[in-house]
Amino acid sequence: MGSFPATRHSVVAGIASPDVHTRRVAFDALVSAYWRPVYKYVRIKWRRDREDAADLTQEFFARAFEKGSLGRFEPARARFRTFLRLCLDGFVANEIKARGRLKRGGEASFVPLDFAAAEHELSMHPAANGNAAAGLVSPDEDDLFRQEWVRGLFSDAVAALRASCNAAGKTTQFAVFQRYDLDDNDNPDARPTYAQLASELAIPVTQVTNYLAFARRELRRLVLERLRSLCATDEEFRLEARELLGTDPTSGPA
Amino acid sequence: MNALSDAALRRLRDAADVPDLSDTKYEIIERIGQGGMGTVYRARDRELGREVALKVVRLPEGAPDISARMMREARTLARLEHPGIVPVHDVGTLVDGRVFYAMKLVRGAPLHELSVTGLADRLRIVERVCEAVAFAHAHGVIHRDLKPQNVMVGPFGEVLVMDWGVAKIVGDATLSLGTGSPAGTDDHAEPSTGHGVVLGTPGYMAPEQAAGDPSLVDARADVHAIGAILRDLCSDNAGAERPDASGDVPRPVAAIIRRAMAPEPRERYPDVTALARDVAAFRAGDRVSAYDENVFERTRRLAIRHSTPILLVLAYLLMRVTFLAVFGR
Repeated sequence: MGSFPATRHSVVAGIASPDVHTRRVAFDALVSAYWRPVYKYVRIKWRRDREDAADLTQEFFARAFEKGSLGRFEPARARFRTFLRLCLDGFVANEIKARGRLKRGGEASFVPLDFAAAEHELSMHPAANGNAAAGLVSPDEDDLFRQEWVRGLFSDAVAALRASCNAAGKTTQFAVFQRYDLDDNDNPDARPTYAQLASELAIPVTQVTNYLAFARRELRRLVLERLRSLCATDEEFRLEARELLGTDPTSGPA
Repeated sequence: MNALSDAALRRLRDAADVPDLSDTKYEIIERIGQGGMGTVYRARDRELGREVALKVVRLPEGAPDISARMMREARTLARLEHPGIVPVHDVGTLVDGRVFYAMKLVRGAPLHELSVTGLADRLRIVERVCEAVAFAHAHGVIHRDLKPQNVMVGPFGEVLVMDWGVAKIVGDATLSLGTGSPAGTDDHAEPSTGHGVVLGTPGYMAPEQAAGDPSLVDARADVHAIGAILRDLCSDNAGAERPDASGDVPRPVAAIIRRAMAPEPRERYPDVTALARDVAAFRAGDRVSAYDENVFERTRRLAIRHSTPILLVLAYLLMRVTFLAVFGR
């Protein structure tokens, strides 16, 4: 997890900061949130092999940090996510053209990127398994990038929820959430009932309701907190939250 | 942690949006619908042991103190007791500030999902809608979002008007207006939404409603919407902005639709009761106020309406003529 500066919209604002330390912290958070979608996008849309995609991902962020290109984002023109994807497209296109005459690899390095894990995630993607490389799948570019970005956002939020529950001794609360919402219960019939969960965890059924509500409320808060830090303006935050959760974040104290 | 599959991600997104009901007597069973104004869940009332429809309202932007206003409106709606209006059992505020209504869980299907055959049945549905809406108007409530999706038809043909979440309360004002009346709102009434906030559905909401000024919206906005519902029922022109009913629609019905959907409120029916009266008149074979029929149409209508006595008289005359011809010499 990257550390999130305390102020609102600090990540997007932070990457344009003249202060190197602030910029560095903001970039770490930005890379944490975006490296997975960037890597998968390069793999699928640009049909690069694993090693190439990993190199391009690292190089993209390193170059952006050195040149400050992401700091030139103008909120009035697009969402930050869209801007970053367009920057990535330009970068990869140029990089492929210049291959062979440019030295690869920047000086800057950020949070460790687990490309093997990302590759495992990618194996579950319908555009993976060779179809993309064979040109059989042409997913909508923005949808693909957005879906992976959302996945990263929720993965981080779930990890943070697990950590905070563990730290606060609320492991049962997380266990209820994990069994009911997180486990791969794609078959609705396989999803445990509240009564089954209560019996399994030796708690009253009413506690299942309360624990689940607590975990979902915390997850919502954590997702919105991360989302807020990755958006440049209140308007962008509202739009993203509405699309992501179906509700207006201004309706609650989240 | 393990990667989130697409299915797990969908569940988590839903879970993060599920309202926190821990301070209420309800528990969510499943989501049964989502619209522009909020999400509806099938929920269980733990105290009374019954299932309810729980609507969590999405609050519109740009309106301060909207939560308190919606609570006040919900309480008003809870007092509307009519067979054609889905009763509100309970209203409250969630811990995150969102307002919820607990309503009777209605079995049936929304009008837009039904294939209603026969003009008589279609007109009967519109009459039932008019009755419910007229009752609400008499109690100072304008629906403002009437459309086929908000009309539920039960398994025994009962018609219920749903989703009063954006209704406007106009106090004790009499909503029925005479032709040419400048406005239909009570000057002392508090509008439920701020200026510039447009609530309603394109294709059904009246032009003055789409303008976003709540003070312009009165009972005739609902007249417009019911006209649009009638248009949809009578044609394939569902959701269109214009009051044209495509297909084989009787001229008087087309005239009813045109008058109900007139762009200028003063050119519409003055109230829902007047609209219902015209619909009932057509069903009964009487003259429709919105349509100037010619002498041939009038003769034909009267002939159809009084077909039974006319046929009996003709049969009697035929028998008399036959009798005289055979035995009258």
